Amino acid sequence: MAELLKLGSELEDFQKEHFNRNSLAEENRQRDHQAATQIQSWFRACKVRAYLSHLHKKAIIIQKIWRGFTARARFRQMVKAAYFIMKMNFYEEMAVRIQQRWRGYFVRKYIHNFYARKSYLEGLSMKNKLVRRQLDELEELQQRERYCLEIVKEQTAKVYQAHRLHHLLSTKQCPGVFNSPFRPDPHEMELLLRQVKYQAPTKLASREGACLLSPPAPTAMSFPGTLGSPWIKSRTCRSPRPILPPIASKRQQGLFREPGEVWEQRLHFPELSSHLQTSYTHLEEAQNELRHLESVRLHSSTPRSRQCSPSATTLTSFFFCNPKQARLCNTPPGLNK
Amino acid sequence: MSQRQIIQAFEQYQKSRMQFVQTVADLAARPQNIETLHNAGVMSMLRPLMLDVVPSIQQTAALALGRLADHSDDLAEAVVKEDILPQLVHSLASQNRFYKKAAAFVLRAVAKHSPKLSQAVVASGGVDALVLCLEEFDPGVKEAAAWAMGYIARHNASLSQSVVDAGAVPLLVLCLLEPEMALKRIAASTLSDIAKHTPELAQTVVDTGAIAHLAQMILSPDAKLKRQVFSALSQISKHSVSLAEMVIEAEIFPAAVACLRDQDEYVRKNVTTLMREVVKHTPELSQVIVNCGGMAAVIDYLGDCHGNLRLPGIMMLGYVAAHSESLAMAVILSKGVPQLALCLSEEAEHHIKAATAWSIGQIGHHTPEHAKAVATANLLPKLLLLYLDASSSEDLQTKSKKALKNILQKCTYLPALEPLLYDAPSNILKHVVCQFSKVLPHDSKARRLFVTSGGLKTVQEIKAEPGTPLQEYINSINSCFPEEIVRYYSPGYSEVLLERLENYQPA
Repeated sequence: MAELLKLGSELEDFQKEHFNRNSLAEENRQRDHQAATQIQSWFRACKVRAYLSHLHKKAIIIQKIWRGFTARARFRQMVKAAYFIMKMNFYEEMAVRIQQRWRGYFVRKYIHNFYARKSYLEGLSMKNKLVRRQLDELEELQQRERYCLEIVKEQTAKVYQAHRLHHLLSTKQCPGVFNSPFRPDPHEMELLLRQVKYQAPTKLASREGACLLSPPAPTAMSFPGTLGSPWIKSRTCRSPRPILPPIASKRQQGLFREPGEVWEQRLHFPELSSHLQTSYTHLEEAQNELRHLESVRLHSSTPRSRQCSPSATTLTSFFFCNPKQARLCNTPPGLNK
Repeated sequence: MSQRQIIQAFEQYQKSRMQFVQTVADLAARPQNIETLHNAGVMSMLRPLMLDVVPSIQQTAALALGRLADHSDDLAEAVVKEDILPQLVHSLASQNRFYKKAAAFVLRAVAKHSPKLSQAVVASGGVDALVLCLEEFDPGVKEAAAWAMGYIARHNASLSQSVVDAGAVPLLVLCLLEPEMALKRIAASTLSDIAKHTPELAQTVVDTGAIAHLAQMILSPDAKLKRQVFSALSQISKHSVSLAEMVIEAEIFPAAVACLRDQDEYVRKNVTTLMREVVKHTPELSQVIVNCGGMAAVIDYLGDCHGNLRLPGIMMLGYVAAHSESLAMAVILSKGVPQLALCLSEEAEHHIKAATAWSIGQIGHHTPEHAKAVATANLLPKLLLLYLDASSSEDLQTKSKKALKNILQKCTYLPALEPLLYDAPSNILKHVVCQFSKVLPHDSKARRLFVTSGGLKTVQEIKAEPGTPLQEYINSINSCFPEEIVRYYSPGYSEVLLERLENYQPA
């Protein structure tokens, strides 16, 4: 029993103990709970942190590897570019070197060629010398030509003078002006006069030529029949140059008539004025001649020698236009009556 | 009987009219009578006679009128005011050739004086009537008409445009083919007058093929014709490169060079003018002329003429030399520089001197070699003298200054530069000293000569303001010499020495 009692007391103790303990536990429950939570939170935090750091480490590894990869790739690119640039620079430098050699060569050879320039300048001075010489020659030639022309002109003038002075030629009986007996030898004009044959004065020709073309030529009528003289014809044939009709008829009015005209007048004077020389049949003859001439003139519309047609016209004008002469032609029958 | 009397009265009237007109025409031939004739009212008397029934009176009246208008521009204006031109122009189409000649003479005499009077002739339809006259058979009429048109076209571009518009150019070119010398001359001169104004007018003349005909006449023996031909060619070629090339392509060149020895001086002058006008356009054209020996001929030509005749030759040398350095070298080789020096010293007129200075500048400004050629001809002091001469014209001064400057900037020939150190003003001196400062550092002989000839001393005496380029050049010259020498030659060195002597205390 003791034991029971013991047991009972023990039970009671136990109960008390149990109560105490329970109340204690109840008292501490809050705290314990908090502590447990703290411990749990710490532990969980530790766990999460560990995980995070683990993740971090992994990320870093990934990043590290990636960055390294890209950087290496970029670097490789850069190296490549730098190498390329270096190469290009080198090539360009070499190209410039080639170009400069080539350009230097080309320019020296073809553009600023010293030898070509030298030879060009030499050639130029040669050419200049040549041109100068040629021009000098040309000038001399021209001068000589002019001189010759002058001499020819002078000579013709002298010959003309000699023609004009032909009457001063000395004869066997009487020495001329240029052949003075007191001179040792005759004057050169005398020699010239001896050479020159007497010719009709030249003025006639120009007058006759003038009446070919000049429209109003009243003077041509006043001295008609200029071509009737054999002297003139021979003169025109013998003249050295072909005589062209002058463009403008210039009638000079001088104090004296030209010697040719005077001479012509003298030649024709008796024919015009002397009645005695006219025959009885003069009128008929004249009419016949006129008719003949008219027919000739009609035919002369076909081209004839130039010298003939004016003579025909002048002759007809001689018969028709000059009233005095016409009257002269008509007078003989009147006298006969 | 009465009929005869009537006729006689009329005949007498006609005779006296004729006599009056002839007397007036004879009187009008002398310039001293003009005043009196004008005061006597000759214009109003001649005007009805222009409408006379007798052609010879009309013609003589026109002749008298032409002579009157020829002598004074007052009378020419009076002709315009009296309204004579329209009836002249009207009858120009219908009358005989003698009258046409006289009427063209009147138109010419009126048009000669001023652009305004020419405009009056154009306004009255004179040009068209004159063009009709150019189609006439008679060479005298053609000549008179061409002459009148030349006088009209001479004044300005619009007048010559009106001549061209009337279709005169082809007919004038036909006139060039006529056998008469006088007509050829006048036609060439008229073409020249037409072509001289604008490129378009010159192109019109060229388009009718005038160049080929003109080129054929270069070798003609007639000097006056040659004058006109060369004048026409130069007037054509002066406008543009293409026209000048067309003139060159007519292959006138060796032949034209031969004409530089012609007896007539105006032929020579016109040939030179032609060359100048051709040469001024491009280096290639200059090359053509130089290669056919034209340069030498022109330089010879410069030797045997004087005054204004020289001007085109001088300008031609300048134009050629301006194009390129090899052409300038060609001028130097053809002995152009001594000839220009001769011109510069012989000629008195300032514009010729100015042209010569310009040409010399063009020759010398290419390379040191060119500058040396100019400097050895002793031209630099002459140019300086012209520049400094107060009586020189402004143009001459600027031209000689420019030439001097251009040559000095290239010149490395020191003996010729040294005289300029003594008497040049500072704006020229600058360039001289600059050349010394460039050459002396590299040439020991020159340095020695520079010292012994007193150049260094002169340089030390130059008073330059510090900071100016002149001072810089002097400094760089000084740096080529040892300091003692520089100090020895600087002014006032003897005083410095004496001062040092006074301050010196023997120990």
